[in-house]
Amino acid sequence: MGRSMSTFDDPFDADRELTRSACVCGRHRSTAEHEHAERVLRCEPVAVSEEQRYEGVVASAVMRAVFPQDAARRAFLKSVGASTALAALSQFFPLKSATEAFADAGPPEKKDLKVGFIPITCATPIIMAAPLGFYARQGLNVEVVKTAGWAVIRDKTINKEYDAAHMLAPMPIAISLGLGANAIPFTVPAIENINGQGITLAIKHKDKRDPKDWKGMKFAIPFDYSMHNYLLRYYLAEHGLDPDTDVQLRSVPPPEMVANLRADNIDGFLAPDNICQRAIYDGVGFLHILSKEIWDGHPCCSFAASREFITTAPNSFAALTRAIVDATGHAAKAENRKQIAEAIAPANYINAPVTVLEQVLTGTYADGLGGVKTDARRVDFDPFPWQSFAVWMLTQMKRWGQIKGDVDYKAVAEQVYLATDTRKVMAEMGLTPPATSYKSFAVMGKTFDPEKPDDYLAGFKIRKSS
Amino acid sequence: MPLRLRAAIVSLVLLAVFLGAWHLATRSTGTAASMSPEYARLMGLTATQGKSAMPGPLDVGAKLWEHLKRPFYDNGPNDKGLGIQLAYSIGRVGLGYLIAVVVAIPLGFLIGMSPLISKALDPFIQVLKPISPLAWMPLALYTIKDSSVSAIFVIFICSVWPMLLNTAFGVAGVRKEWINVARTLEVGTVRRAFTVILPAAAPTILTGMRISIGIAWLVIVAAEMLVGGTGIGYFVWNEWNNLSITNVIIAILLIGIVGMLLDQVLARITRLVTFPE
Repeated sequence: MGRSMSTFDDPFDADRELTRSACVCGRHRSTAEHEHAERVLRCEPVAVSEEQRYEGVVASAVMRAVFPQDAARRAFLKSVGASTALAALSQFFPLKSATEAFADAGPPEKKDLKVGFIPITCATPIIMAAPLGFYARQGLNVEVVKTAGWAVIRDKTINKEYDAAHMLAPMPIAISLGLGANAIPFTVPAIENINGQGITLAIKHKDKRDPKDWKGMKFAIPFDYSMHNYLLRYYLAEHGLDPDTDVQLRSVPPPEMVANLRADNIDGFLAPDNICQRAIYDGVGFLHILSKEIWDGHPCCSFAASREFITTAPNSFAALTRAIVDATGHAAKAENRKQIAEAIAPANYINAPVTVLEQVLTGTYADGLGGVKTDARRVDFDPFPWQSFAVWMLTQMKRWGQIKGDVDYKAVAEQVYLATDTRKVMAEMGLTPPATSYKSFAVMGKTFDPEKPDDYLAGFKIRKSS
Repeated sequence: MPLRLRAAIVSLVLLAVFLGAWHLATRSTGTAASMSPEYARLMGLTATQGKSAMPGPLDVGAKLWEHLKRPFYDNGPNDKGLGIQLAYSIGRVGLGYLIAVVVAIPLGFLIGMSPLISKALDPFIQVLKPISPLAWMPLALYTIKDSSVSAIFVIFICSVWPMLLNTAFGVAGVRKEWINVARTLEVGTVRRAFTVILPAAAPTILTGMRISIGIAWLVIVAAEMLVGGTGIGYFVWNEWNNLSITNVIIAILLIGIVGMLLDQVLARITRLVTFPE
């Protein structure tokens, strides 16, 4: 489970093969290197600036054209050195202008775009791309519009008031399937964030850390079609509680969660961050667990657009995707997180105290019980829309009765989660996306095999009887 | 001492008592449980200093002064000054209300003048009238497919009923003698409506309009909280998101003042058209 976009291919590395086939994921020279990358969880990027990266892509293509034989290229590089090779190449091939032409593929059909967001840290890439200029760099003039709730953001995107929007990862699947709305084909070109949620309980429950004691409690979730809902249900069920009969689950908009927790109307919630941290900051709750303890690397929110938008404005869509992928890459780096927290805290964006956002983004946070904890991956950013994520969500939709009858998991996943298109965009940007669109992962120790969703589903004892 | 002066003094005393009680009730309760400085740095004042979650009158006053100093700032689509937000709300209310006037008054005349139409439309009006305007919101968003038009539609639908019923009632209740006199003088229907019925029914019609503007102003705040974007309702929602009760209180205060002003304007107009019998 290496990080998809942090690795950069260097075509001027003599030891590197251009056709990559040495390890399982295809991104490392050898299996040993692949395993090392898995252990450190991310490979830090080699190149820094976007220009350099695009130059890399073009140069790589030129190198391939000049030296179709890998052996010949390596011999050439070994004898003259990489920088000389680059200089020599630029002599007879205008790398600079080729790179420029490459970077702005096709002018966007529509430059003034509106993107809706919900004010939580999950929307970090969407929001920060405005003040930090990621949209502008793609030639777009994007207005990011704060929206009151998930149902409203859904309706406004369907109504085309927004060209694209921040949605909970399962929402585009639900919209495409016509669950809770008319069936309209929606797509996910990028995942906004991974991890970044938590279970917060009221302070009075600080001695009730075993979920088995939670019978009869009331919990809030942000929306029915949310990872929050599925993860909380999963967590409760793994501890022997039936989420439909043993506890009460309520859909509550995030800001109301803290107010309700203070008013003692709910016992806790599984909420997106900054809401968890806000409850701690205001002294009304404590963090029971981070959602990454349920499933490390789970998707949370997505960047979504309708299929119609893609067909009517393909270049605008591609430019938006590039901006989001770039912003996500920027947000993935720990050293940028403090600056991001300051950029997105004002009233025009998230409208929250900077300290709260900083605690969420940097991962050094107060736990609400008097301790300070550190977890750099409390929230993380990785744009690749794994289709196996979608398959997992579909299994949970079926498990809890949101989908009745049979479902073609892969067909839906491939329709909605645009792994193939995003891979292409990322490759064009000089990033190294994963070679496959499905991966296996473990949720609370239980391995999920995207090839066998029905077997996985059959393995759950607690599920909605239909 | 004249009554007005005495009433003003009592009002001021009540205000002072209220502010004093508010101030006392929201004072800090001293330092809360001891915590490490490193931990305290990450926590809010409510948790570290036992500060009340409710702001006191001084906090609200200071914040209000800040807002009043720059009412028209514009920090982007999601953060605008209170003056701009209020202008958006008043604009929406004005538009929805005007459409309601244009629809309700002619229709009310028709209903008031024709017992047949009155009886035929009655069941529809009786069913539609008690529906909470916000219940229309999802339907409006779904069919109109535009959130700002939906908000205006909701204003329209909530302000149309009092005007319609009052107009119909006022028109139907014009003294028969006057209409008979007009008829004897062979005044045409249209002219009769404008020169006899309208002035006679005007006080009742304006009472309906006054009720309507009050309802419209009540509803706009809720509608804007729902659809967001701009307006004083959005401001309340945005500040609630940040759990900034201070700003919410300021918004409540302003909503009250603007509502009062709107009501006063219509009360003035009502007085202009009232005639002694």
